[in-house]
Amino acid sequence: MSESEYKLRLAQNLIGRGKVSRRDFIHLGLAAGLTVAAADNLFVSVARAEPQRGGFAKLGMAHGATTDSIDPAGYLDTFTQTAFSGAMSNSLTEVDAKGSIQPDLAERFETTDDATTWVFRLRKGATFHNGKTVTADDVVASMQYHMGTDTKSAAKSLLESVTNIKADGPETIVFTLKSGDADFPYIMSDYHLVVMPAKDGKADWESGVRTGAFVLENFQPGVSAKLKRNPNYFKNGKPYFDEVEFIAITDLAARMAALSTGEVDYIGRADLKTLGMLKRKPNIEILEVTGYGHYTLPMNVTVAPFDNPDVRMALKWAIDREEIAQKIFLGHATVGNDNPIAPAIKFAINPQPQHKFDPEKARFHLKKAGMENLKVDLSVADAAFAGAVDAAALIRETAAQCGIDVNVVREAEDAYWDNVWLKKPWCASYWSGRATADWMFTQAYSADSSWNETFWKNPRFNELLIQARAETDEAKRSAMYAEMQQLTHDDGGAIVLVFNNFVSAKSKKLAHGELAPNWENDGLKMAERWWVANA
Amino acid sequence: MNPVVRTVLQRLGLGLITLFIVTIIIFSAIAMLPGDFAKAMLGQSATPETVAAFQREIGIDRPPVERYFAWVGQIVQGDFGSSFASRTGYRRTVAEIIAPRLYNTMFLAVMTALIAVPLALGLGILAALYRNSWFDRVVNTVTLTTISFPEFFVAYMLAYLIISRDTFIGTEFAQSLPEWLAASINWVLNLVPKFPTLANISDQTPFWEHVWRAALPSITLTLVIVAHMMRMTRAAIINMLASPYIDMARLKGMSPMAIVLRHALPNAWAPIVTVIAFNLAYLIVGVVVVEVVFVYPGIGQLMVDAVKSRDVPVVQACALIFAATYILLNLTADIISIATNPRLLHPR
Repeated sequence: MSESEYKLRLAQNLIGRGKVSRRDFIHLGLAAGLTVAAADNLFVSVARAEPQRGGFAKLGMAHGATTDSIDPAGYLDTFTQTAFSGAMSNSLTEVDAKGSIQPDLAERFETTDDATTWVFRLRKGATFHNGKTVTADDVVASMQYHMGTDTKSAAKSLLESVTNIKADGPETIVFTLKSGDADFPYIMSDYHLVVMPAKDGKADWESGVRTGAFVLENFQPGVSAKLKRNPNYFKNGKPYFDEVEFIAITDLAARMAALSTGEVDYIGRADLKTLGMLKRKPNIEILEVTGYGHYTLPMNVTVAPFDNPDVRMALKWAIDREEIAQKIFLGHATVGNDNPIAPAIKFAINPQPQHKFDPEKARFHLKKAGMENLKVDLSVADAAFAGAVDAAALIRETAAQCGIDVNVVREAEDAYWDNVWLKKPWCASYWSGRATADWMFTQAYSADSSWNETFWKNPRFNELLIQARAETDEAKRSAMYAEMQQLTHDDGGAIVLVFNNFVSAKSKKLAHGELAPNWENDGLKMAERWWVANA
Repeated sequence: MNPVVRTVLQRLGLGLITLFIVTIIIFSAIAMLPGDFAKAMLGQSATPETVAAFQREIGIDRPPVERYFAWVGQIVQGDFGSSFASRTGYRRTVAEIIAPRLYNTMFLAVMTALIAVPLALGLGILAALYRNSWFDRVVNTVTLTTISFPEFFVAYMLAYLIISRDTFIGTEFAQSLPEWLAASINWVLNLVPKFPTLANISDQTPFWEHVWRAALPSITLTLVIVAHMMRMTRAAIINMLASPYIDMARLKGMSPMAIVLRHALPNAWAPIVTVIAFNLAYLIVGVVVVEVVFVYPGIGQLMVDAVKSRDVPVVQACALIFAATYILLNLTADIISIATNPRLLHPR
């Protein structure tokens, strides 16, 4: 390595810390035999890759309503989730870009052999925005806020398995569970379960004082929220932005226009139909992540004809998932295989055979069920997911080729989840997905869940579910989850059409690392994880 | 009693009765909305127990008649109640939610009216003066075109124009054109000021920035309402110009402008004012779409939001404000037409 090359290498390391100017770097590059353009490109790519402090980001969110509040019992959509949970608060744990669990406000966590007792130890020196040290009592009060008969929290069902929480000294919290749960730390990463200061033994959410990377400065429900850097944040070097502003832009076209004209630096949920126009702009990048969310068509397996496994199988083979992914979701979706566990989740398998459109197989199963042809109602509305009605129309066409007459019933969008879902034998549904196989299965497929949308009560599946939850041996767990996924694929009542991608767009002003798949907006933590590119 | 005072009192009384009927309609319409309020407020993931706890808190388990009278009783005392978004120990009154939104809507309405009304009157008078000329035809065609498009279309087209300012030259369409044509179109596009496509403002936005941010919504609304007012002005004046007293004025040798302003216009106010009042009411109660497209935090967007999340107290208050606006503006229009018309002022 020549001396000038060595200097260049050194300089690259300094760029990220903002210690070398673009001009100086190009001079060094020229000395090392690079062209101006090449040196410039190198500078930009290095500067992008290294996070640096400073700057301001305006983030356009796809949601936001006047009923929004900073109360973590709510957090119904991405506005409150990203601004108040992701940017302003911390849970005990967090999910990283690989989809695995990491300590957040907890420094470490451990469990007993049967996974019924979990011990979380708090990070030393973590403080609230008002300077108070975070103690175990604060955590206990914060969790209890979501428990009990009077709570209105949406996270209540998550903590149903917790029988006791107690503080063991100022830094240790002990959770006792009804039965073993090896994935309990994942539950603790939920965006509702943020740590708030305790006031007279109760969690104080009203003050907005939390532990997170940003401090709330101004919040107008349904309009915007402005936050500024927390100078005493416990994570080294983070956050990078000085200030962030979340802006509610619920109208799709308005959102696209706002990014195009540079009014905002980022938009969540980009419009798939006009994505091409956005791509043409040189300073805009499209981000696409396959998440855990999926669109399903649940069949009630207790109602004829869906009580016959062969009828369910016939329908599973009568749907062209590939066509739906291409035509309805314009390619921004990953084809499903009647397994609700997304490929990015730990223990996920792809059950064989892959269900695809095959009229022969559909007819074969129909015959096995003792039917020549079949007539079924499919109840849909775009309230289930955007494109549900169109997807049903495509299904009608392909099913007709298999001797199945699908009568598409268009339901009212209003109160769809009250009047159609869990009420009509075959309908459309959406799951935003969960970070673990256990969590997803427990909420949507276990026999006693109130959201078991297929009313499927397979004894073997439910037995495995409880065993696997308490099992701490990875290999054994892996085998159990594989069997459960195969069971849902072969016998279950849910048709998993596609996994949807999170499609968002940003200006090149912003830079980021690998994007987390667990929620939108980089696992809701974009404000903490992203930075301004030095370009 | 002075006939004007009597009419005003009479109209006010009628207005109050109308408002009372409106409260019944609003209340029953909302009671008929499908779905469970508590469930809609708490989201899909709420358990039955949390829903029940919430229903008790907002008192939705009581019979509708009882709830109606409780509501009307509160309003008479000037209390709009609290939003369903309130929590124990954290009350959010409907008044404090609506007040900033109402201010924003009024701001936009006044700003638009200040542009649109003089513009419409001026164009209407000029069109009447030079009727059947090229000027008249162009003004008629242009305003009719803008009123014929739905407002969201006008809004999106304006937003697209602003985007095209920067992107036009890079499009395939521009590259397929001859270079000089593409360059000149680009030049023309760049004459358009770079209005913000996002009109999101907060209570901390300074006055002139508020005006600047509200420019696109205001232009959209102006384009939509000018035609109606302008054509009514033109028609009313032309109607007057056919009267014998105008012929007299002409014979006296007055200039056409003076005839229109001093003789025709004072007698044409009644129909014009009615139309202006109608359009002003639209500016307050009908701008939901424009507010959504430009993300302007006005009362229309608030109401749509509240309907979506079933925040009933807010919906009711918005509906009532809209009804009162309509009634008040129409009342004002009536009074002005009476006051400017001696025949109505002194009935025999």
